[in-house]
Amino acid sequence: MSLFTRLRRDYPILLLAIPGMLILFAFHYFPLWGNVIAFQDYQPYLGVGKSLWSGVENFKTIVDGDPEFLNAVKNTLILTAIQTVIVFPAPIVVALVLHSLLSNRIRQFVQTVIYLPHFMSWVIVVAVFQQMLGGTGMINNWLRSHGYDPINIIGNAEAFRALLTSQVMWKDTGWATILFLAVLSQIDRSLYEASAVDGATRWRQTWHITLPGLKPIIILLLILKLGDSLTVGFEQIILQQQAVGTDVSEVLDTYVYNNGILGGDWGTSAAVGLVKSVVALVLVLGANKLAHRFGEEGVYRG
Amino acid sequence: MKRQQVLAGGMPMPGLAERIVKAIFLTLICAVVVVPFIGVVSTSLASPEEVIRAGGFVLFPTHGIDLSAYKSILSGGTVTQALLVSGFITAVGTAIALVLTCMLGWALSRRGSVGNKPLLLLVLISLLFNPGLIPSYLVIQQFGLLDSLWAVILPTSVSAFNVIVVRAYFVGLPDAVLDSARIDGASEWKMFWYIGLPLSKAVVAVVGLFYGVGYWNSFFGALLYLNDSSKWPLQLVLRTYVVNGVEIGAQDLGATEALPPQTSIQMAILMISVVPILCVYPFIQRHFAKGVLTGAVKG
Repeated sequence: MSLFTRLRRDYPILLLAIPGMLILFAFHYFPLWGNVIAFQDYQPYLGVGKSLWSGVENFKTIVDGDPEFLNAVKNTLILTAIQTVIVFPAPIVVALVLHSLLSNRIRQFVQTVIYLPHFMSWVIVVAVFQQMLGGTGMINNWLRSHGYDPINIIGNAEAFRALLTSQVMWKDTGWATILFLAVLSQIDRSLYEASAVDGATRWRQTWHITLPGLKPIIILLLILKLGDSLTVGFEQIILQQQAVGTDVSEVLDTYVYNNGILGGDWGTSAAVGLVKSVVALVLVLGANKLAHRFGEEGVYRG
Repeated sequence: MKRQQVLAGGMPMPGLAERIVKAIFLTLICAVVVVPFIGVVSTSLASPEEVIRAGGFVLFPTHGIDLSAYKSILSGGTVTQALLVSGFITAVGTAIALVLTCMLGWALSRRGSVGNKPLLLLVLISLLFNPGLIPSYLVIQQFGLLDSLWAVILPTSVSAFNVIVVRAYFVGLPDAVLDSARIDGASEWKMFWYIGLPLSKAVVAVVGLFYGVGYWNSFFGALLYLNDSSKWPLQLVLRTYVVNGVEIGAQDLGATEALPPQTSIQMAILMISVVPILCVYPFIQRHFAKGVLTGAVKG
């Protein structure tokens, strides 16, 4: 069939695709063009067309290691490390416990409860945490009324990382179990039966059957996490930055927002954003290659 | 060797110690999720005297229920306005997003049609990168959408992930049904509207609820693109008055009587942003059990 006859046959299908594709182009592909201002001395009143080109001037911040920028990199990497070591394994533990329950009803009840915080916005989560842990919050009121000293968590720079971590865990640990549970339910039962005949305890079954069964999904999620490693809790941090100052709270995304959109240093911020996106893409593709090297599926084949 | 009792799943019976530890563990994590919500509900409903006596936060109101906090925020001021804006964004946004996503998902499910593979690839590739904050801002500015609610609605109206989920479901529909419709002379649009959609109610419902929750919760788009505070959705008002603790005056709320304590008002604002989600949550939750989402992603 010639292209023309196929077009005549399929044009209604293409018509259905057009509106959605237009949105995708307008707000996902078309903005890529905006990255050119990373190479400009961009002035909003001149626009992209009339602003002067400045070559790689804007990237000097990155290459020369501007202290504010380095601080943002440091905080980003620290938070990513914390989230990989503490936040990532938590849902695996919860999923293992849920999977081992005998009662379906209890399991479903717990799932219903712990998925819920995922659907709350960051504003709500931060507000709830403030009401719990703040100076006049529930916990401090209790401490005071029982004669103890109140604890200072909200607005305390030293406790900020712990606060961020506990918020992330509160919001998403439950939701993250959903994938692990789906994988756990597909592990071959006969493996458990055979090992039980051989006298394996529950603990050994978990170690030798369940965990190896989870290995592919864990590797896949770690790859995705690596691609996201320069992106940590943007909304969450923006909401709480005022109270603790930028020393501990500035990450790459907030740096771009604060310096570019609020501070007016568009060129440098765009340069930082561009480098960040490119590094993230390279990390995902690289990690995927690495996974293939180890004989794992990875995110895609190819 | 001691014979052990083996359960249907192939695992030996758990010991008493294991059961106790698990029970405590699960009770704890459920409590950590539920208790804060109870505190918020209670404080928003407690009487002013009780809130003041408790120093701001009440876990169990013992002196009856007092709706004055809700009355004052719903009497026509900033919060009422924000509630209407959020309602508009959520209703219009979800409708547009559902129509676009289902149409695109349907088109991509028709394998072998012209341009099917390149289009699918474009959708998939968009999952791999993010356009970035500043470029997105420039585009919204260029389209003249700054300070317009469309800046909050349009950019998130086609989620590549949801398109893939919907497409996977359409691909799984039996060919025979579509073929017979085509023999009877049904147009593409009719097949989509009268066969595809009705057969995929479950997945359409879940995707719609996800869009709805996303729009209701949308915060950063509004912060970035809306400078005019009369167009702020609830999440931004929540940030101003609850997270940043800006004092709420009677003129902000359009109230004429004396206001209840700040904490009660704050908790009432928090509640009206949480309640709609609590209302739709059971519907979303029901579909998890059926594995609609995880099943579709694999295909």
